[in-house]
Amino acid sequence: MNEVWTLAEQHNGQLKAVSFELLSRGRALADKLKVPLVSVLIGDGVDESRLRELIERGADKVYAVQDPKLSHFVCETYAKVLGRLIDEHKPSILLAAATSSGRTLMPYTAVKAHAGLTADCTELDIEEGTGNLLQTRPAIGGNIMATIKTPDHRPQMATVRPKSSRPLARDASRTGTITKIPLDETLLDQRVQVTGYRKDAEDFVNLEEADIVIAGGRGLKKAENFGMIRKLADTLGGAVGATREAVDRGWMGYPHQIGLSGKTISPKLYVGIGISGAIQHLAGIKTSELIVSINSDPDAALHKLADFGIVGDAFQVVPAIQKRLDQRKREDQ
Amino acid sequence: MKILIPIKQVPESSNVKMDPETGTVIRSGLESVVNPLDLYALETAIRLKESCGAELTAISMGPPQAMKVLKEAVAMGCDHGVLISDRKFGGADTWATSYTLSQAIRKLGDFDLIIAGERATDGDTAQVGPAIAAWLDVPVATYVSKISEVKDSRIYLERLVEEGYQMLSMPFPCLITVVKEIAVPRLPTLKGKIRSRDMEIPVFTSENMDLNPDFLGLKGSPTKVVRINTPKVTRSGKIVQAGDDESLNAAADEFVVFLEEKGIL
Ligand SMILES: Cc1cc2nc3c(=O)[nH]c(=O)nc-3n(C[C@H](O)[C@H](O)[C@H](O)COP(=O)(O)OP(=O)(O)OC[C@H]3O[C@@H](n4cnc5c(N)ncnc54)[C@H](O)[C@@H]3O)c2cc1C
Ligand SMILES: Nc1ncnc2c1ncn2[C@@H]1O[C@H](COP(=O)(O)O)[C@@H](O)[C@H]1O
Repeated sequence: MNEVWTLAEQHNGQLKAVSFELLSRGRALADKLKVPLVSVLIGDGVDESRLRELIERGADKVYAVQDPKLSHFVCETYAKVLGRLIDEHKPSILLAAATSSGRTLMPYTAVKAHAGLTADCTELDIEEGTGNLLQTRPAIGGNIMATIKTPDHRPQMATVRPKSSRPLARDASRTGTITKIPLDETLLDQRVQVTGYRKDAEDFVNLEEADIVIAGGRGLKKAENFGMIRKLADTLGGAVGATREAVDRGWMGYPHQIGLSGKTISPKLYVGIGISGAIQHLAGIKTSELIVSINSDPDAALHKLADFGIVGDAFQVVPAIQKRLDQRKREDQ
Repeated sequence: MKILIPIKQVPESSNVKMDPETGTVIRSGLESVVNPLDLYALETAIRLKESCGAELTAISMGPPQAMKVLKEAVAMGCDHGVLISDRKFGGADTWATSYTLSQAIRKLGDFDLIIAGERATDGDTAQVGPAIAAWLDVPVATYVSKISEVKDSRIYLERLVEEGYQMLSMPFPCLITVVKEIAVPRLPTLKGKIRSRDMEIPVFTSENMDLNPDFLGLKGSPTKVVRINTPKVTRSGKIVQAGDDESLNAAADEFVVFLEEKGIL
């Protein structure tokens, strides 16, 4: 049986947390199959000690193709580099994060490799007897779970939502090999030119990678009232989310929108404030670990899904919570 | 400029009802609509037609009823529609779907730009767009939130990614997938509806397309569905009231305890 691979991601020479989350998934699969787990990195500027961290967090091997010409994600080039590695090593499984780049690179690569690909898996397991990868994913807005396998094609490819698994603790005693593979420049695709990034002035959020998301809906009544949501999020070290109603009213920018036509998140904690819990919004939060709802309507659909619900006026409840958290902070100091 | 817009017919989701017994979606009686996220692709194409001049063709693979979404695309402002329909295409996963769509696109001849939706609300994979680009060997940009410029056979774009908005440009022919932020979709016009009603929409089948029979439908799909489950609701679901001052304080206290117990604080 061949290796299990997970794709690491980097930005400006820093490994993204999803790289480690994937390794904990990959570790479980590689142990069951008794094969090596490999972290594959395509990018630039990740130094030796950071590459070591991939081993300390579960990898047996690291294959790193790094070059300044790979510093930005360009699907066609990355797909050619990855495709070459797949041809050479023929991994049995390839996992990537369901990020903007993972969700672009994986389908592109799957076509070229004639491989099956399952999106947004929440559970991965190995089938007894066959050793096939069992890939379970939510479908129809999270209302059903479908288990999928790819019996006759290799690699078996899947994307996994960020934050849907926890990284393994760092273990400095783990050993492994780091293979640095030089970029073959004939693989560079010159068609796409990346010119840079633009960030929203104040708070550009990476909702999908946040551990805690505090979201507001139409119940907040106006843009200024998102101030208290932001403050609560800051206190808890979380990011701010919003419903489509709130985004369409211009209270928050589209990057904050959660749901069917926005982002899908799997944080440790989601708090919905003044949000009714429409099916299209729920589609984006169903895989959260903990769901809290604050809504004055006892019959709000979000209350029914919540681990903890407060039936009350957000303009009283949120400040009362904030007061306690502030007090706690002061006492800690 | 020739623009193709792959659109999918999906069950209407805003009126989705859940079966309280089984926790599954009640599918019967659901109306089929254009995938709501494909409306942004259609709108983007129509705006490009208005600003730079373009010929727009909406294409959809699905059962004969999918004709309806093509008519709607025409009613919004597309020039043509093409239905890709055959029993042999049924049960296709994203690999086989994108193969069949890409062969239909080859049959249509040269194009400059393909604009797909970010994802379909039923399959919800966001894979078909980039996969079509791979079959056709054209560059792809996903999550496009803005088209800044079209100049000298290149398109200048912004993509919404984790780090912010990535700015890039690509030459035609190429494929983009768009997010909601790009434009507000218009409604079909009466004139458009009349035009679409009388319009002949060609149907591509396995008979009149150049296809590898091993790449079609359920049989040609690398992925196989093993089983479907309804997720167990494991939420403990504690609900507290915060009405008067006393219950408000109690609720806020309990919330803090909840965060502590769950290891958040
Ligand atoms: C194709 C399609 C795609 C969609 N995509 C998305 C999507 O991606 N994301 C999304 O969110 N929605 C989406 N929607 C919209 C969705 O159907 C709902 O309209 C939306 O989620 C409702 O937002 P809301 O909960 O903020 O507003 P409402 O449904 O109006 O709920 C407001 C809630 O606030 C409560 N409230 C009012 N005052 C207070 C107070 N003082 N204190 C506490 N609570 C209060 C009310 O009881 C109510 O429950 C989509 C719809 C369609 C058709
Ligand atoms: N059967 C289909 N016919 C036409 N276009 C499709 C079809 N399936 C998917 N697409 C396109 O691919 C996008 C992504 O779909 P999906 O990968 O299923 O989430 C959609 O928004 C459509 O633009």
